[in-house]
Amino acid sequence: MSVTAVPGKSMTLGEGGTAFAFAILAFLSLIIAAKAYTPEYAFHAYLFTAGSAAAVFAIVNRYFDRPAEPAPLFIDGKPNYNMGPVKFATVAAMFWGIAGFTVGLYIALELAFPFLNLDLPWISFGRLRPLHTSAVIFAFGGNVLLGTSFYVVQRTCRARLVGDIAPWFVILGYNFFILIAGTGYLLGITQSKEYAEPEWYADLWLTIVWVTYFLVFMGTIMRRTEPHIYVANWFYLAFILTIAVLHLGNNAAVPVSLFSAKSYIVWSGVQDAMVQWWYGHNAVGFFLTAGFLAIMYYFIPKRAERPVYSYRLSIIHFWALIFLYIWAGPHHLHYTALPDWAQTLGMTFSIMLWMPSWGGMINGLMTLSGAWDKLRTDPVLRMMVVSVAFYGMATFEGPVMSVKSVNSLSHYTDWTIGHVHSGALGWVGYISFGAIYCLVPWLWNRPLYSLKLVNWHFWISTIGIVLYISAMWVSGILQGLMWRAYTSLGFLEYSFIETVEAMHPFYVIRAMGGALFLLGALLMVWNLWQTVHSKEAAVAAAAPTLVPAE
Amino acid sequence: MSLWSKHAIFEKNSIILVIGVLIVIAIGGLVEIVPLFYLKSTIEKVDGIRPYTPLELAGRNIYVREGCYLCHSQMIRPLRDEVERYGHYSLAAESMYDRPFQWGSKRTGPDLARVGAKYSDEWHRDHLHDPRSVVPGSVMPSYPWLATTDLDYAHIAEDMKVNAVLGVPYTPDMIANAASDVKAQSVADAPEAAALVKRYPKATARDYDGDPSRVTEADALIAYLQVLGTLVDFKLYDDKANIR
Amino acid sequence: MNETYRALAEFAQTWGLAYFVGVFLVVLAYALWPSRQQAFDEAARMPLRED
Repeated sequence: MSVTAVPGKSMTLGEGGTAFAFAILAFLSLIIAAKAYTPEYAFHAYLFTAGSAAAVFAIVNRYFDRPAEPAPLFIDGKPNYNMGPVKFATVAAMFWGIAGFTVGLYIALELAFPFLNLDLPWISFGRLRPLHTSAVIFAFGGNVLLGTSFYVVQRTCRARLVGDIAPWFVILGYNFFILIAGTGYLLGITQSKEYAEPEWYADLWLTIVWVTYFLVFMGTIMRRTEPHIYVANWFYLAFILTIAVLHLGNNAAVPVSLFSAKSYIVWSGVQDAMVQWWYGHNAVGFFLTAGFLAIMYYFIPKRAERPVYSYRLSIIHFWALIFLYIWAGPHHLHYTALPDWAQTLGMTFSIMLWMPSWGGMINGLMTLSGAWDKLRTDPVLRMMVVSVAFYGMATFEGPVMSVKSVNSLSHYTDWTIGHVHSGALGWVGYISFGAIYCLVPWLWNRPLYSLKLVNWHFWISTIGIVLYISAMWVSGILQGLMWRAYTSLGFLEYSFIETVEAMHPFYVIRAMGGALFLLGALLMVWNLWQTVHSKEAAVAAAAPTLVPAE
Repeated sequence: MSLWSKHAIFEKNSIILVIGVLIVIAIGGLVEIVPLFYLKSTIEKVDGIRPYTPLELAGRNIYVREGCYLCHSQMIRPLRDEVERYGHYSLAAESMYDRPFQWGSKRTGPDLARVGAKYSDEWHRDHLHDPRSVVPGSVMPSYPWLATTDLDYAHIAEDMKVNAVLGVPYTPDMIANAASDVKAQSVADAPEAAALVKRYPKATARDYDGDPSRVTEADALIAYLQVLGTLVDFKLYDDKANIR
Repeated sequence: MNETYRALAEFAQTWGLAYFVGVFLVVLAYALWPSRQQAFDEAARMPLRED
């Protein structure tokens, strides 16, 4: 701050405009805080005030510290990559990951030992469960996607990220959204729409962040010095676009007042159900699948040091996947009051979806052909390959469960929870861990502290996943069968509570599986911490050297 | 051939890629969602469905706030065991005023679509205070704070106004009397109860939480639970009339 | 209303299906056209190049 402006240095329109907008937001939030209907909403308004004020301060401070000229796009003919936001997102991903896994473990224990709810509103299962799902999907997964997309788009386009403040706004703004969403759940602010729980003002904020994200990503693609747009960027682009459409459609709501956190969704009943699962299933399809397939298409070839098995297959994979996925939502509503024609469509497309999903899996796995020996020596690559195998397993199980007769048994039971976790822990978790194990050494220009620890991480969490999903398979199928069991006299054999009591041992095993997964992730944090803080710089050949950002 | 050698439409032109993606993802959503608003067969014609009373609506908002949908469905499927366990399968019309819908996706606890009038208010009070006192083996959290927290219904008329704007048939009369209806429904013998029932047929006014001196969150939540699934008289409902 | 539904369903099950098959064939042709092999091979190597 002490540096006075050098001649010729002036604030850019972006800096001035953003700072001005944040100043207005800080002021508005203060008014809203004063007139808020509930203290919980006032708290959020104060958070907005504090966040905006911090943003103004950061922008002005940065202006005084920066050189007069904007960061060059190229240095000595090499792109001057902007890796600051990528580093932040990587660290944030690990932070939220540990938080999300821990909350997941806690709610698993709450189901096994209900006294753990402790009669406190903010840690009761109904409030912590959205915190768990949002923390792992949107906070952990989201930061992984944001970080890797900014990394991959720069390196495959050979261009510096577009925008000066914009990339930082995307990363920090997104994490602020997470903060609002997460604290909101604990305080009882929720729309109670699964995976879309944040209320209207958080949704509005996310919309602004997301549009900026799209513009930065597109702008960087347009600035590219490569003729082609690499297929990973196609998947990222489909993910960004579709999530925007889904978010707007599913969160269309009218707030009770500017001073109230409460809103009512414009859809109702059966239409709301359809819109919700169109959103919900495609949050899986485009957030947890398309986005992470982009990671697969960049990081597996990169780590295996060979091009993807078939680039042509990747193109067919892309169009078939995004076309088919969008239709699959109604399989969450089998045998409900949703019209049968919609259920049938959902089932049909879900089954067809098996094909492109396995096309993608084959493409990922076969990239290793001729280099399978690397799986023995490189646990990071092994983690990513196993994640693709989990992807194949989950995308086979999914179509099976979407068949109406199977669904009549599996729906409403833990089988669904197990299915989700084989995708979430196995596929999303492992591909993210693999990508982060690659990224941290590349970004900080240090060799990875210990491959042996990665190996431990891999085995501990794999045992955890196996415990988790097999416990849920057994409990889900058991409960489904108990619900429909009849005595020889034609009466229902079990009361509902008997089926609940039968779940107890499996809930304990599930919690043990979750604990092992968390333990593995903690080993990873230790490993990465040691990597970043080691003095030794990486050998140039082992990792791409980075040009100083900014 | 020249088309193909010029090629590179998608992997070189990012705008066309964006448009292509948008078209491809639009088709499925449009085909599945739009007809639901136009096909009359989507929601059956049923007698008895009415908007929630202000107290029930406030109770529903507590149900939403606490995330009950994460363990309780409100959607009975037309399967033999479910119909025998919970009652007549759910109709689309029964949730036509539900914003958001609360059909749920998981039954850690039982379905609640027809829980109304199944248990006494006292049972609900005890159950919410400590589920294991009435259902040993339950894994539900206790909600002791509901009975000790005053219901915040200062703005309930605004909630109803927003619902009315979105298409729920709340009349100006209902909105004007929102606060007094809340009070009237939460005690046993309010003189305004007759007017309440006139506005909301089948509404019952009684002291849901066992404490006539105040309107608590337990009053509202139990009032909501007790109305669930009770509005349609299935003795008069003709299944065959609405085959889709 | 049932008439509208039947007409729409019939259209979707005939022309709609044909249209989607057509689009799929176009995607296949685009991806598998022999003259494009070189461009795709080049694109596939993009992550591996260093700068």
